[in-house]
Amino acid sequence: MKEFIEGSMAVARGVAVCRPHVVSAYPITPQTHIVEHLSEMVADGDLDSQFINVESEFGAASVVLGAAAAGGRSYSATTSQGLLLMGEVLFNIAGLRLPISITVANRAVSAPINIWNDHSDAMVFRDAGWIMLFAEDNQEVHDMQIQAYKIGENPEIMLPVLVNMDGFILTHAYETVETISQKEADDFLPPFKPEYYLDVNKPITMGVLGDPNYYLETRYSLQEAIDESRDVVKQVAREFKEKFGRWYGDLIDTYRTEDADTVFVAMGSLVGTIKDTVDELRDKGEKVGLLKIRCYRPWPGEEVVESLKNIDNVIVLEKAVSLGASGMMADEIKASLFDTPHRPKISNFFIGLGGRDIPKESLIKVYNQVKEKPQYNQFVDLKPELLEYPS
Amino acid sequence: MAVASTIIYDYLRGKKKFPHVWCPGCGIGITMGALLRAFADLEIDKNDVVMVSGIGCTGRMPVYCDFHTLHTTHGRAIAFATGAKIAKPNMKVIAVCGDGDGLAIGGNHFIHAARRNIDMTVVLVNNKIYGMTGGQYSPTTPHTKLGSTAPHGNVEHPFDVYELTKGAGATYFARGTVYHATLLQSLMKKALSKKGFSVVEVMSNCHTLYGRLNREGSAVKMIEWMKENAVNIKAASRKTPEELEGKVLIGEMLDIERPEYCEQYEALIDQLGGRPKDKPEAEESPEPEEIKK
Repeated sequence: MKEFIEGSMAVARGVAVCRPHVVSAYPITPQTHIVEHLSEMVADGDLDSQFINVESEFGAASVVLGAAAAGGRSYSATTSQGLLLMGEVLFNIAGLRLPISITVANRAVSAPINIWNDHSDAMVFRDAGWIMLFAEDNQEVHDMQIQAYKIGENPEIMLPVLVNMDGFILTHAYETVETISQKEADDFLPPFKPEYYLDVNKPITMGVLGDPNYYLETRYSLQEAIDESRDVVKQVAREFKEKFGRWYGDLIDTYRTEDADTVFVAMGSLVGTIKDTVDELRDKGEKVGLLKIRCYRPWPGEEVVESLKNIDNVIVLEKAVSLGASGMMADEIKASLFDTPHRPKISNFFIGLGGRDIPKESLIKVYNQVKEKPQYNQFVDLKPELLEYPS
Repeated sequence: MAVASTIIYDYLRGKKKFPHVWCPGCGIGITMGALLRAFADLEIDKNDVVMVSGIGCTGRMPVYCDFHTLHTTHGRAIAFATGAKIAKPNMKVIAVCGDGDGLAIGGNHFIHAARRNIDMTVVLVNNKIYGMTGGQYSPTTPHTKLGSTAPHGNVEHPFDVYELTKGAGATYFARGTVYHATLLQSLMKKALSKKGFSVVEVMSNCHTLYGRLNREGSAVKMIEWMKENAVNIKAASRKTPEELEGKVLIGEMLDIERPEYCEQYEALIDQLGGRPKDKPEAEESPEPEEIKK
């Protein structure tokens, strides 16, 4: 059914049809609307879930860990400081191989306090063993919820999934979304039946000490599983397209790259702005395209290499900085290309940090700079006057 | 009561940071006014004060107050304040929190600071709800009351902040309301003068969310309710339990003496021979080579 709804509602609807047994969260802007909508559905009897409003994000992550360990499909949503506070538990969830889904309304991190969008929060957890998906618009983030459970709960994978959507830009934007009905969802996503869970009739122990004789192998298995999840992400995207007719790419997507010499690379809602910019530049005769990274973890190295094999100039736009190093995604693209015969020039930019607006003009400016010569670690639309120490 | 204009010039960042973000009619302004007047009455130099907050409506208070201010992460005001106090024991340290900030996500810090009895004053503004994020129920939302995450009523039960504070080991607790502004000021004066962990719980109004969701009316109506339903602890002993049903007890409820954490810490250092800089020069201690032998 086509509905004109807020991004947060699109997420809530997408989660609700997955029939989560337990939803637990703590209020934090700009995520709050998601769980508010879910709490209303639960309270109104439209969603048969346990909703627990806990005392912190640490509590929320712990509750969903416990729920998943007991064999329940569980869900939470958070952002920024809340995601950081969940940190310890997030590593545990991955280590325990619990296929929880958490939606992150991506937001900058303190200090200074900032409630607006960038990707500094999620990128902290790129090494935590979570599958990380980034949505471009509200339709995609609606559809991503059910895909997340289908990917994570695959018996070969059993990994948690972070579904990322840009805070405010998507969470608070109203768009027309084709919502998934309960019947369609039930056909697509089978009930969660984990092989191992806490059950008094068949007791097991979870979270035991992994001493030096065992710990290494747990990391090996995690790496193996997240590596294998590449195929599952692709397969689920294909199955989704067959059933629902909607396609956003699998690990990656490309836009107008066939004859391009230059491509932008980005994640999240920025992809939409880039598509418009690409169209505009194409109208002026520029051979430019877009590579959208939809799945950041596992890193789609082979797909990135394949899509860049005829490209001369790559412009990586990132909403997070690896302070003291460089752009995380730019570095990974470079690493993926290192052993290949064709190595394009990789320019990288930090853009939109802390919610700084990203108009098309900024992207065109970036494009023109790169055309002149490659650029490294540049901050787009920096205001030099703010860098002066006040007298 | 000190002259208002003097307070504004002495203790507020009047020209820089106003207007404030609080909703018209919010009780946090009254709370801040009572707190600043208490400082003025005690003639405490603003440069001797550290004000710490977390995140939330109350968390905005240090933005407007011209003390040394530290605006930190959600729930952690008391933990950051503990660090400030132990580093600068001579400073007057206050932490301002809301009920969600101070008792939910920061509840652990609250009870452990009370247990240590570290010298600081916590001003806990209790408006029974998460205001800034849109009215989710908090650890002080009464049972059955509505919040945006409890559209059919809160199934949980609230903290009794007095019992919690007392049980955790604090030496001073008082409760006031934003209607009883002069009483609030005197309770804050007492709390600021107390050596030890002191808490002033301020019953405040969030008419924007709590009041609207629970049909408790405008700011004026909610503050009038406080006027009519607050019972001073001194008068409460003359009333029957039936008469006290649904009332809010206010006034000084706990004032005891226990050793204070910073003083105990210093005493232990003295007992062990003082700090390194107080000790005789290092020549008396053996050279590293001698130790090796």
